[in-house]
Amino acid sequence: MSAARKLAINRLRAGQLDNGAVDRFLERHEVPIVEGAKCTFLHRGDADEVHLVQRIVGLPERIPLRRLHGTDLWYLVLELPTGSRINYQLEVRRGEHSERINDPLNRHVSYSPVGSSSVCFAQGYTTPEWTMPDPDARPGELVDTVVPSRALRRDARVTMYLPARFRRTRAYPLLVVHDGGDFLQYAAAKAVLDNLIHRLDVAEVVVAFLHPHDRLVEYANSAAHARFVTSELLAALEAEFPLAGNRSGRCLLGSSFGAVASLATAFRSPETYGALALMSGSFVFTDIPTDHGGGPVFDPVVKFVNRYRERPRRVADRLHVSCGVYEPLITANRSMVPTFEAAGMTVRYVETRDGHNWENWRDTLRDTLSWIYPGPQKLIYE
Amino acid sequence: MTRIVVLGPQRRPTLDTVVASLGSSIDSGGPIATVTAGWQEREPDDVELDGLLGGRSANLRLHARWLDALDRDPEYAAAELAHRSELDDLQELYLLQLDGALQALAEIARHGGPARTRAIAHSDAETVVRLVDERHLARVQELSADFAETWRPGERAAVAEHRDAVRHVLGKVSALVVAGGHVGVLLHVLRLFDVAAQVPGTVVAWSAGAMALTDRVLLFHDKAPHGPAHPEFADTGLRLLPGCVLLPHARRRLRTDDPHRLAVLASRAAPAPCVVLDDGVRIDVLTGGGLPEGTKVIGSDGRITA
Repeated sequence: MSAARKLAINRLRAGQLDNGAVDRFLERHEVPIVEGAKCTFLHRGDADEVHLVQRIVGLPERIPLRRLHGTDLWYLVLELPTGSRINYQLEVRRGEHSERINDPLNRHVSYSPVGSSSVCFAQGYTTPEWTMPDPDARPGELVDTVVPSRALRRDARVTMYLPARFRRTRAYPLLVVHDGGDFLQYAAAKAVLDNLIHRLDVAEVVVAFLHPHDRLVEYANSAAHARFVTSELLAALEAEFPLAGNRSGRCLLGSSFGAVASLATAFRSPETYGALALMSGSFVFTDIPTDHGGGPVFDPVVKFVNRYRERPRRVADRLHVSCGVYEPLITANRSMVPTFEAAGMTVRYVETRDGHNWENWRDTLRDTLSWIYPGPQKLIYE
Repeated sequence: MTRIVVLGPQRRPTLDTVVASLGSSIDSGGPIATVTAGWQEREPDDVELDGLLGGRSANLRLHARWLDALDRDPEYAAAELAHRSELDDLQELYLLQLDGALQALAEIARHGGPARTRAIAHSDAETVVRLVDERHLARVQELSADFAETWRPGERAAVAEHRDAVRHVLGKVSALVVAGGHVGVLLHVLRLFDVAAQVPGTVVAWSAGAMALTDRVLLFHDKAPHGPAHPEFADTGLRLLPGCVLLPHARRRLRTDDPHRLAVLASRAAPAPCVVLDDGVRIDVLTGGGLPEGTKVIGSDGRITA
C-alpha cells in the first residue's frame, strides 16, 4: 500500500460513499487534516467550483479542489514543509455567483486590519507558548500619550509600554514600533513583552507603539514621518520617560511598510539609532526601469529602495531582518541582506515558513527582541 | 582571617547543614547577616532562607537601601545612572573587541599548514584575547574610581546613613551569608554599602554571591536564545576570594561537550582556575585563599577535572 493511499481522504474514497459516511468523516477529523507533510483541505456543499486561495510564492494563487464522486465533499491535498503556517480562504462558485470565504470547517482564524482568513498549521507548527498570557509574568503597563507634531500636522497618539517594576531611577532602552496598534491587537505584543521580560530573554524596555493615520503615505519614505520620529517623538519621550537616550538604546521596528518607514527614518538620521528590526520589509526595487507591479503606493518606496541599493549607507549598527519564505517579498528581502552588510552593518537574517501576516511577525518577536535588547540572563546566577 | 565557604546553587538547599557543620566558628544562637540583594525586588522574600538559618537571619536589605538612597538623593541617582550607562557602553565596545580577537583565535585553530607556525600564531592570538580582557577590567576600574572620587558616595547623607546601619548589623554577627541572583546588582550594593570593610569571621556564599567575592567576575551563558555568546569579564569583585574564577551552574549554562571552547575559557582565566560550581558543591577555602584538593575546575584541555 502506498503512503498516499493511507491518507484519511483516500481511506474515505475507498469505502462506501454516502452523506452519512461524509458526516462521520468530518466528525472524526479536524480540518485541514494534517498527516505528515500532507495537508488535506475540505469543503462541503453544493458548488460548481471550489478553489483554495492563498499567496504562497511558487504556487498558483487559486488551486482547485476536487469533488468526491457521489458526495458534496470537495478536497485538495497539498504538501507543506514542516513548521509551515499558511493563511488561506476558499473561493466557492455557484453558477455566476462566486464568493471568497473563510473555511467553515476550520476553527483557526487569523485576523488583520484588512479582515480575516483561515489558517492551516502544518506538521511541526505550534503557536509559541510565550505569545500567550502567562499568569506568572508580571504585567507591564500600557499608557496612552499624545505628541503634538508639526511635521505630521496633527497630534500623534502613542501608546507607551512600561515594563513591570518600572522605576524612574533607571534608564531604559527604547523601542519604537510602527503600526503599534496592530502589533498590540494582532501580534499580542503586550503579552509577548511581558513574557519575554519575565523570562529574562529580553531586557526591560520602554516601547512606543505608533498609530499612523495613513500608513501607505506616512510609511512610504516620508520626510515628515522621519522628522516626527527623530526630532519630535524622541525629544518628547526622552524628556518624559527615563530612557537611555543614546544610540545603542534606540531601535525602530516595523513590518511591511513599517519596515520601510524604519529604514527611511534611520536613513535620514544615521547617527541616531543603534538597531533596526525590519520584518517582511516592502523593499520592492527594480534593477532596470520597469513596472515594479506594486501600484502607485509603491512608487516612493521603489524610488527610495533603488536609491539605497545604489548607494548603501550605514544607518544603524545592527539590523534584524526577517521574512516569511511564502511571501512575495522574500526575494526582495534576501536581496537586501548583502546590501545592508556591504554598508558595514551587523545583520541577523531570519526566514520563517510563513506568509505576510501578523502571526508571522508575532512569532518572530522573540528572536528579534532578544537579539536587539538581550535580557539579563548572563547576569543572573540564582 | 575570614573563613569562606563557597557553595553550589541552592536549588536543593544545603545551607542548613553547612552552617551546622561550621560549629564554633559561628556564634550559636546569634544572628547571621544575610544579603539577598541579588534577588532585587524579591529581596524581602527570604522566609525559606531564614528557616535554613534557624530563624537567625538579619537581612541587610541592601537592595531596598540602595533604592531608598537613590530616591532621597536625585543628584547622586542621576550621576550613578550616567556612570552605569558609561560602563554599559564600555562593555559593548569590549565585546566588539573580544569578538574580533576570539574569531581570530578560532580561525587560527582551524587553519591548515605547519603545526609549528600555527602554534606560534595561536599563542599570540591567545595573548591578544587576554590583553583585551585585562584592559577591559582595568578600564572598568578606572571609570569606577573616577566616579567614586568625584561623587564620594560614602559621604552623601543617604548612603552614609545606610552604611552606618549596615555596619551596626555586621558588628553584631559572626557570619555573613550571601545568596545568588543578579551579580551586577549584588556587586554594586555590596560596594556601595562597603560590606567588604566589615565582614565577620565567616562568610558563606553561593552562585552570584560567591562570584562577587572573587577578584574577577566572568559572565557566561552558552544556552541563550541566540546560542552561545562569548564569556565576558564584567567587573572586579570584592577580592575576598582572589585567584579563581567561579562558574555557577556550569553544566547548565556552558557547552561542556565542547572542550575547545572550554579550553579557551580556561586559558583566558589562567593562572586562576575556572571553578565549576554545580549543585551540591561545597568548597571550604583554605587559610591563605587556596582551593582544597578535589575542587572541580576546567583543565587546560577544556575538560572538567577533579
